[in-house]
Amino acid sequence: MNADDPDIKWVEEPKLGLSGKMYAPMFLQGLSTTFKHLKSSLQGKAVTVSYPDQEPNIEKPLIYRGVHRLNKDAQGRVKCVACFLCATACPAHCIDIIGIESPWEDREKYPESFTIDELRCIYCGMCEEACPVDAIELTSLYNLTGRSREEMIFDKEKLLSVYDATIDTEPMRSPGLGGTV
Amino acid sequence: MIETLIKIAIVIGGLMTAAAYFVLLERRMAAWIQDRVGPNRVGAPLSQLNKNWKDLRLFGLGQPAADGLKFILKEEYTPAHVDKRLFVLAPISILVAALATFAVIPFGSVVPPGFFWDQPIAMAVSSGAGVGMLVVFALSSIAVYGVILGGWASNNKYSFLGALRSSAQLIAYELPLGLGILGVILATGSLDLSEIIAAQAKSGWWFAFTQPLGFFVFFVAAFAEAARLPFDLPECEQELIGGYHTEYSGIKLLLFLVAEFLHMIAASFLIVMLFFGGWHFWFITGAESDPGWIQAILRVAVLMTKIFLVILFFMLVRWSWPRFRFDQLMALAWKVMLPLGLINFVAVAAIDQVKTISGNSSPGMELLCAAIAWGVCIVAWVGISFAGPLVADNRPRLDLDPFDVDSQV
Repeated sequence: MNADDPDIKWVEEPKLGLSGKMYAPMFLQGLSTTFKHLKSSLQGKAVTVSYPDQEPNIEKPLIYRGVHRLNKDAQGRVKCVACFLCATACPAHCIDIIGIESPWEDREKYPESFTIDELRCIYCGMCEEACPVDAIELTSLYNLTGRSREEMIFDKEKLLSVYDATIDTEPMRSPGLGGTV
Repeated sequence: MIETLIKIAIVIGGLMTAAAYFVLLERRMAAWIQDRVGPNRVGAPLSQLNKNWKDLRLFGLGQPAADGLKFILKEEYTPAHVDKRLFVLAPISILVAALATFAVIPFGSVVPPGFFWDQPIAMAVSSGAGVGMLVVFALSSIAVYGVILGGWASNNKYSFLGALRSSAQLIAYELPLGLGILGVILATGSLDLSEIIAAQAKSGWWFAFTQPLGFFVFFVAAFAEAARLPFDLPECEQELIGGYHTEYSGIKLLLFLVAEFLHMIAASFLIVMLFFGGWHFWFITGAESDPGWIQAILRVAVLMTKIFLVILFFMLVRWSWPRFRFDQLMALAWKVMLPLGLINFVAVAAIDQVKTISGNSSPGMELLCAAIAWGVCIVAWVGISFAGPLVADNRPRLDLDPFDVDSQV
């Protein structure tokens, strides 16, 4: 491409005024900006939190996608109807479901086992969006750790226990949904 | 003899402690300016001694000790391709030069006679035989050798680029540095730092007020000599991954980093002593050469406070200003600072001569001279701004065909 190509648009740099050339006003401007931040930090308005002593404020509505939970319905049964939509939607293939015929009247199937590999999960939240009965939800638990790979594979009981642990602080998004009949 | 040894112990101990804690202060200042908290955890690990005791945080005051320990215990790796002897020599030479500078820099006024000495003791390791300024200059030039040796011995193109930049920058900025000092030396007629301070204390006019242009030139050049932002091209982390100390690790890297902080502290000392009256402050410290105990202690306190404030300013500027491009750096040295320094020199000489001829040293005359100096400063600054030597047009020129451009290159 030549310099005189008509497709090239030449933009003139803005000319510096006298204050720009004198440099001092710009310097004072920069200095006042840093000084403002220094002052506000010294007044205790730093935006970081001292994490292990102080929990980060994950605001409601939930803006964080953490560990999954399996929701329970009003009778305390698992809400899931084993439709496999979450496992299909999952881009990381971390959900494994074994569905069998349901003993209850209001649905045809329920999961005999429901396993999520939390190490494989990318926490994209697509399972949550795919679920027709809002049985699987992501909580705000961000500090998930474990000592082995096996420990990080969550089965149904563990996912239901996450529900028990978080239901008080994070209510179910649509408690009314559930059943297929 | 013993007196000198005690002074050396005070200076080296004080400087090393100060450098370590200034690293902590620098990190915390950086954090505060960026709306963070900064390192505030390492304190006294009491729970290691007794399970029932809690660790003390102490605002992170244990951080320098932890940092030092980390540097000492870290693997000290010497790459196979380096020049081994020069690789070891470089950090040693830079630290020795940086420390030796403080031999002639006074850290207070005098210790008045007391307990078992009957003469006042000067608070400087060596008087420098009346040419202290020259010694400081000579030793600060040696620091360049450490940088160049480090870059050369590393046998790495980034390190070498950093060293080359550094040599060009330090040589270029020694000129305005010298020109800034010339005015002060002309006004006092002495190369001795103690006498320069005494002259300011006697008249009560700090040279920052009577020679503002010289002060600005010296201040900018001191930033460049200490290789602090916005002049940290020798070691810019983003472009040269550390410059001349890229290949260094462990205790050798620590020596480089400490030497850098010592340069900054030395620059602060010089700024305060040459232009802010050293230990002098009106109505508090007095100006006589044999102060009492209270005055002597006050003088040290005033000096240390001033130096602390200048260093705080160094740290604040670091986050206020982007780095210069190399051509701008050179243009600033040769096209802005050099003429300004010369103008200052001429102005100081002329004002001094007028004062001598008139034989009038009343406060009104002093005020008039200072006003004239400020006028010269403003006129020179605005004049050089109109010339605009820092504005460079690097865009391709449409009126040249590619052949012309190539032949220019």
